[in-house]
This record gives sequence, structure tokens and C-alpha cells, in this order.
Amino acid sequence: MSLHYQPGSVSFENVIKTFGNVTAIDNVSFTIEPGNLVTLLGPSGCGKTTTLRMLAGLEHPTSGRIMIGNKDVTHLPATDRDVSMVFQSYALFPHMTVAENVAYGLNASGVNKIEAKEKSEEGLELVGLADYGQRYPSELSGGQQQRVAVARALVLEPEVLLLDEPLSNLDAKLRRHVREEIRELQQKIGLTAVYVTHDQEEALAVSDRIIVMNRSVIAQEGSPRELYEAPASSFIADFIGDANLIEADIIATDGKTADVAVGTLRCSLPQRGFDKGRVQLAVHPSSVRLSLRDQQSTGLTGTVRRATYLGNQMQYDVDSEVGSLFVVDYRVEQAIPVGSDVSIAFSNRGLALVKTA
Amino acid sequence: MKHSFIPWLLLGWIGFLLMPWYLLEDGFWSFVWLTDGYPTDLYYAPAILQGILDDKLWLLPLALPLIAPLRLISLTKSDPRYSRYLIYSGAFGLIYMMGQGFTIGVSGWQFAGLESLFGELEYQQYGFGYGAMLCGLSFLILLTTGLAATGFLKGDVFVTGSIGLIVALVGLFVFFPVSQVLISAFMNNDGMFAPTAFFGKFFSDNIWSLSCLSGGYACGTAWNSLTLAILTATLTTLLGLSFALVVTRTGFRWKRSLRLLTVLPIITPPFVIGLALILLFGRSGVVTQFFADAFNIEPGRWLYGMPGVLLAQVLSFTPISFLVLIGVVEGVSPSMEEASQTLRADRWRTFINVSLPLMRPGLANAFLLAFIESLADFGNPMVLGGDFDVLSTEIFFAIVGAQNDQGYAAVLAILLLIFTLSAFFLQRHWIGKKSYTTVTGKADSGAYMGLNHGMKLACYMTALPWAALTIVIYGMIMFGGFVQNWGYDNSFTLQHYQDAFSVGWGEFGVIWQGAAWDSLWTTLSISAIAAPFTAIVGLLTAYLLVRQQFKWKNAFEFGTMLSFAIPGTVIGISYILAFNVPPLELTGTGVILIICFVFRNMPVGVRGGIAAMSQLDKSLDEASLTLGANSLMTFRRVILPLLRPAIIAALVYSFVRAITSVSAVIFLVSADHNMATSYIIGLVENGEFGIAIAYCSVLILVMLTAIIAINLFVGERRLRRTTSISHSTKSSSLSRPSLKEKQA
Repeated sequence: MSLHYQPGSVSFENVIKTFGNVTAIDNVSFTIEPGNLVTLLGPSGCGKTTTLRMLAGLEHPTSGRIMIGNKDVTHLPATDRDVSMVFQSYALFPHMTVAENVAYGLNASGVNKIEAKEKSEEGLELVGLADYGQRYPSELSGGQQQRVAVARALVLEPEVLLLDEPLSNLDAKLRRHVREEIRELQQKIGLTAVYVTHDQEEALAVSDRIIVMNRSVIAQEGSPRELYEAPASSFIADFIGDANLIEADIIATDGKTADVAVGTLRCSLPQRGFDKGRVQLAVHPSSVRLSLRDQQSTGLTGTVRRATYLGNQMQYDVDSEVGSLFVVDYRVEQAIPVGSDVSIAFSNRGLALVKTA
Repeated sequence: MKHSFIPWLLLGWIGFLLMPWYLLEDGFWSFVWLTDGYPTDLYYAPAILQGILDDKLWLLPLALPLIAPLRLISLTKSDPRYSRYLIYSGAFGLIYMMGQGFTIGVSGWQFAGLESLFGELEYQQYGFGYGAMLCGLSFLILLTTGLAATGFLKGDVFVTGSIGLIVALVGLFVFFPVSQVLISAFMNNDGMFAPTAFFGKFFSDNIWSLSCLSGGYACGTAWNSLTLAILTATLTTLLGLSFALVVTRTGFRWKRSLRLLTVLPIITPPFVIGLALILLFGRSGVVTQFFADAFNIEPGRWLYGMPGVLLAQVLSFTPISFLVLIGVVEGVSPSMEEASQTLRADRWRTFINVSLPLMRPGLANAFLLAFIESLADFGNPMVLGGDFDVLSTEIFFAIVGAQNDQGYAAVLAILLLIFTLSAFFLQRHWIGKKSYTTVTGKADSGAYMGLNHGMKLACYMTALPWAALTIVIYGMIMFGGFVQNWGYDNSFTLQHYQDAFSVGWGEFGVIWQGAAWDSLWTTLSISAIAAPFTAIVGLLTAYLLVRQQFKWKNAFEFGTMLSFAIPGTVIGISYILAFNVPPLELTGTGVILIICFVFRNMPVGVRGGIAAMSQLDKSLDEASLTLGANSLMTFRRVILPLLRPAIIAALVYSFVRAITSVSAVIFLVSADHNMATSYIIGLVENGEFGIAIAYCSVLILVMLTAIIAINLFVGERRLRRTTSISHSTKSSSLSRPSLKEKQA
């Protein structure tokens, strides 16, 4: 095997980027360990793509420092950086064959012809397209084009691989398949990778760590599980978990857990530094339990306003005494008809106290 | 440590130490000097020997900016001295070189003040030659490399160098000559500064008189030009609109043939229409004779003057306005018209209240284009003007005529420039932005609304007779060359073609006996040399404008587009004024014609390049950059190959425009380098219409062949590409399962 990878670390130190009067990145700092796949996740316009482009050297920060593999690359142009990038549109050169596309970067870096050929063949093999070298990009399917783009980036043996929404041009079914392939490949060759997406499910599925960005700053950083189970703010809870945000009261604390009251419901949750008083409670849709209301029912009261059948699950919109709730229920057999009065309870998992943001 | 400036520095040293510093008399491509006394002969000596052997001591300091960068070879790029040395060397070298060139000329000091200060100078300098060219280029690149090293344009050496090069070229070959015109307008004929003379000439009766209104002899040339331009622009816009409506909004059967009309102005030398009109409506023209015989109407001279020029210009420019307006009319989204109709407006109301307002910017655009073209037109007034003087021809006669008054010519040139530039500014700032608002870029479905009955009739009544007249005119051009002596002796002859294009066989093979061969070969070769340069400069500029962000980009764009608005006669006279004397001595050479064509036609290449490049996704460039290619390699390996159709279009267009242009060329041709158009103008002036029209038809055929050949080639390419794209989108859903089967 002639391809060798030396995964590099990445760090952003107080990076600010402005375009005219608009601040695209506002004092962002983070580090990425070698060999990790880190996702930049956030709604459109949050600054995640700008961050990636600054890593690639396609934009340069207004202030701050960018390090790749312990080298300061802040002012280095894209050409001279040891990173390579997979573009959203793939950006395959339409006038070159697949093999020429993959060898392009090697030729640009002055690798000799024989070695370049060897490496690009190996790169194509890595993505399972060994026999496609002589085709033109227009003769490949979308998924194949995507893999060529990955191969083209990988044969340069970059310290860091950048992926800019690599799956957004694929249809939904293929998307899951390809993201697993990318993750598998990244783990197999132990590559540092930075992955931009706006799809939280994709982020949860592929990442070692996730950096969630919102309005030019980092909203939260952590492992997928941390973000999902302990969102720092209502923004994260909403963006990652689609959570219902409910007004609640902390009625007692003991330094570790807090007793929370939501209407007539009581639950006990990790305190996370909150004091007695008003607080916001994030409840995942699948953590809300509905049952048809009868004489003995306890819990909150509500009425089903809409019920949607999705095959493997039911989705309900419920008007309740604590506001409108979005509920996912996997008991499709016992679907609750629209207009029913229901009683509402919360399960033990999937609840968290969050800051308002 | 490899530095990108080293080859350029080496080039500078070659220019200083080895190549002849001054311009050689034998021509640019002649290498007689190598065996004729080089290097010590003072005509051929390089700068260093000129300085040492001939006491031209002022040339020796040019070594300094070549020595200083040598120290940098051992330094790294990040050293602060790196950029400083390069910037200072390059800037000093350029300024000093140009300074000494302009200060010391062929007769010693160039400025009278210096002579009184330092006494008379015995030395003389000729124009810059190879050595000076190489040094200048070297200094320029040293300067831009230095600027890049300070982080300018993200430190991109190629981009900085390209911008520097284009700025220098446009400065040297557009701004410098035009500024010479401005300066010479303020000089009297002895070369002294005389502002009062300027005002005297500027406000003279020749230009501004209105006496024709009160029954006097003639109005001033300025009024003539303006009236003509406004009339021409109005008529061509209306006719163009009428044509565009016929093609897009009616079921007219020969729409496609009408579209062919748009090709005509590209391949027609500007005075050809005038020539054909003479054959039709002149005193001995077919139509005139017919009316004289049938109705006993005295043949008149009405054609020679305003009516004739107006007719010729409207015929010449209507296709251009058609071309502009067809895009505008098609750009009005059908869904807007459909919306209006579903809101119960009838067709007439919809057209007046919805379609027409949406077309308004386009109409104004077409009007201003025709206005500029009419002002700049030289050929038709030349052929048909008679006593009707316009600015563009008056400039020519001020230079070559009996008066030989350069100052007056310069004043007229300034006036013409003011008119065209005002129109150009209006067009850019008032309309240029709005004209795209009707095109949403989203594919609209729906059909165009048909015209109502009255309008359809009006359009047919104007457009179709006009199309017929155009066809007759071109028929005239094709057949006119086969008639003995038009109007007097209408018998068939091949004499004119024989005179112009006969070929004989001699001892050494083919002998080109015809009188026209010389100018035809010159025209073809000079146009063929100019075309690739035009394409390169144009596309490089387009690349910088579309793909790079830099300060003063708007000024840069304006500078590169400016030459489009400068009338050819102004360019011609400015080139004579600027390049007749050292240090840039180019008149009488073929090089000046090539340079003139390159910078006059460059805006076309720029526009074409911008249009084509905007369609290329920017991520292709970025992918190439992140893959480690620099911007030069990206331009060469990714962008240029994808721009091939645009390159070919730019090549064809600049080739053809170089062949058809006349106004600038007529000042710049020389005995050795005569061009077809100026040769034909000469024939017309001598009344040799037969040969002239025969030559025109040959030119048109040559260009038509070139265009059709290239169009077939380009069209085929495009076809293949679109089929392959549609194939791939269709097959993407089909081929995947089949591939899986193969793998399984």
C-alpha cells in the first residue's frame, strides 16, 4: 500500500472573519484531535461553511490563528496547505477522465508520473471504483461521482480531509449508505476529517465529536451523546433533538438533582447548575407518553389536534395545558384519533433542563 | 529556496546585457543585426555597451534595479526585505526607464526647459527595442511579485502579475494615446501650450454653426453628427423592435432566415452598404435610372448627404439592434404576460402596460448602442457624405487634408469622445444594471403572447420591406462586381475580378498578379496574428474580473472596457500622436496595426469570457486550488479547456472585426502594410466602384466561410456536450442497478 496517512490536529484560536460589515465568524476557538471526525453542524448561515473554507485556505481570517498539524497556516493560501476538500457539488473537472481527475492533485504537487498513476489507482480502489478510471464524470452516477471526489482528495494523503455537505446531492436512500462508507473509510485509514452538514441525524451518525454553530459562534461542542442527552441550551435541544421546550419550576434542589414541577407532573433531573425557580425543560418527542384520558388518569391534560401515520411511528400534535407538544409514538397499533382527550406523562429519559437561548 | 521572480530577473539581465536596446530599422522579425556589427555597432548595441562605448551614461543606472534583487536569492519570502527590494527595484526601473525615454529623444532633450538648464545635448535616442521591452517586462513583474509578497491578493503571484500586465498594457495602448490627443488639443501647431487656441477651435463655427436652419450654407459638424446619431438610433431601435416582435411573437414562416440577418453586420465592412446604395440610388443607380426612364424624373443627388448616410447607417445597424432586442423581448417572462391576461387585460393592454415597460431598459440600451455606432461610423459618411460633414470624417480630413491641423483634429476628437463617452456612461450606469431584471434565470414555462392584429400588421409592414431591402443590398454587393460600368454599361464582365485577383504561373510557381492580393494577404495575416492576442488578453481579463476579488476592480473593468466607447478615428489619430516618436516608435509598422486591433477588440473578448466563465461553477477552481495547483495551473488546466467554445468565438470575432475595421486603420496603414478596407476606400475615392465592390464581395465570402466553418465546429462540440449531459442525467437512475448487477 503506497498511500500513507499522518493525521494532523487542527486548532482555531480566536478566529474572527468579517465580510464588509457582516461578521461571519465571531471569535471562534476549538481543537480537533488527530484521527477524529468532527462535524460542524448548524442552520444555514451559521458560519460552518466559512469555518471550513478558512481551514482549506479559500478564505483568510480577519484576525486569529489557524493551526494544522502544529503549523501556523493562518496566511497560507489553499495551494500550499496540506489539506484536501470534497465539495458539495463534487467539482469534478468535466473535461478530464476519472483517472485524470484523481491524479490532478498529484501532478500539481510534482509527484512523478509512475507514482501518481499508482497512487491514483489505489485511491480509486479504496472507494471501490477501480475499473472506472477511463470514464468521464458525466458517465457516472451521483454516488459514484461523490466517491471519485473523495478519492481525489484522499490520494494527496492530506493531514486533514475536509468535507462540505458531501451528501446533499444524493437521494435520501443513498445518503445513509454513503455516509457509512465515508465513516468506515475514515476510521480504516485513521484520518482527521472535518465534516460540514446541516442534517443533525447525519452528524450524529458519523461524528466522533460535533461542534454546533449558531449565529457565527459555537453553541455547543461535544460527543453526539452529550449533545443529544445534555443539550446546553434550548437552541441545541431544538436543533439536535427536535425537543419540546416547556416552562417548568424547580421546587427543590440538593446540589445534584433538581425536583421539577410541570403542571401537576413531577420529575427528578440532573440539576446542571440551575437554582430554584422558573426554568426551561427540553422534552424529546419520543419521551412524551400519551394515553386516552379516563376517570383515573393523572398527568397533564391535552387534546390531539393532528395525528399523522408514518408507517413505523405515529406523530401527534397535542394542545396541552403547558402549550403545544410534538409527540412521536411507536405504538402504531394503538393510534389515538384526532380530537381525543389525552393524559400526558414524561418518561425518565430524554428530558433535560436547558438555558434559554 | 525557489523564487518565482528569478526567471523574470534573468529576462531583465538579458535585455540589459545582450539584446539591442533600441528599435531596429529592419523590422521586428528581422534578425539581420546578429551578423551586422552586433554587439558593438551603436545601432545594435545592448544598453550596457551603449552606456560604456557611446557615453549614454544615463542608461547605466538601469542596472541598479537588476542588481538589488540578486541579494534576495538567499532570503526567504517572509523576510520583510523581500517585498521591499522587489517593489523598489521594479518601480524605480519602470519610472526611470520611461522617464529617460521621454526626456531624451531623437533630437536630444524633449523638453525645451531642459535645454536651457543643461545646455544642448548632442546625443540622440531611438525608440525602445527588444532590450528595453525585456527590461520593462522584467521590472513590471518584479514590482508585482513584490506586491504579492506583501500579501496583496492573497499573495498570488500569477494574479498580481496578470493584473499588473493588463494595467500596463491598457495604460500604454489606450490611456496614453488618448491623453496625447487631449494634450495636443491644447497645443498650437508649433507644439507650444496654447489654451486660447483650444477654445478658439472648440467653439468655432465649423463645429457649432446653426446657419443651415436659417437658410445658410451648412450647419456645424457637431450638430450634423448629433442629429444623424439621434435619427439613426431612433429608427434602428424601432426597426429592431419590429423585427424582434415578428420573430418572437408571430407565426411568421421564415423566422430562422430573419435571425440570419444578425450575422450580417459582423461580416460587413462598414462602408459596403454605402457602396451598394450608390449602385442602387446614385445618379446612375438602377432605381434612379428606372424612375428616370419610366416617369421622366431627373436623376438627383439626394443620396449624397444626410439622407444617404442615414439610410446606410440604419441598414448597417438595424441588425445590431435586432440582436440586442431579441434577447430583451425573449427575456420578458411569458408568465408575466399570462398573469396579465388572466387578470382580464386584453393583448394590447398587456403589451402596453406589462411587456413594453419590462423592455424599456433594453430599448434604451439598443438606442445608445446605435447612437455610439453612428457617431463612430466612418465608412458610410466617407462614401456617401458629400457636403454633409460629420465629426469622424472631419477628423480624418483635418489630418490628411490640405489644412493638416493636428490641433483641430484633436479638438474634434475630444468632442467626439465626449459624445460617445457620455452615451457609454449613460448606458453603463443607468441601464447596464437594470437590463437584467427581466431575466430571472429561472426557467419559465408558458408561451409568449401573440401580437394583436393591428400591431402584427405594423410589424410586418415595417420589418419585411426592410428585410427585403437588405437582401437586395447584399445581392447588389454580390453581383455588382460582375458589371462593366454600373449605370452606363451594364454588360457582364469578369474584368474587375481579374484586375484584383488574377493569378499567373511563372518560373517560380504562382504569381499573384492581381492588384488586391497584397492588401488581402496583409489583412489576413495581421488579423490572424491579432486574433489570438485579443483572445488571450480578453479572457485573462475576464478571468480576473469574474474570479478574483481586488480593490479598484470596478476601475479596472472600466479601463478595459473603455476602448469600446472610443471611436476608431479617435484611436487612429491618438496612435499617430503617441507612437510617432521615441521612445515608443511604432508608426509605419505592422505591429501598430496588431496592437490597435488587440486593444480595440479586447472588450469583446472580455465580455464573451465573462459570460462563459460565469457559467463555470466556482467550486471547480477551488477544488483545483485545494488539490495543490496554483492559480496559473488552474487557469491553464481547468478553466481554459472548459472555455474552449468561448475562446473560439473570441478568436473568430476578433479576426473578423480586424478585417472589417476601417476608421482607425486608415490612419495607421503604410505602403508596406496596406489593409483591404483602406485599399477599397481608396478605390471608391477614385470612382472605381467595380473593383471595390468585387473586393468587398470576396472579403465577405472569406469571412463567411471562416464563420461557418468555425460555427460548425463549435456547434458540434456543444451538441456533444449537451447530449452527454442529458444522457448522464437520464442514465443515472438507470445505470445504477445495472452496475450493481455487474458487481454482483
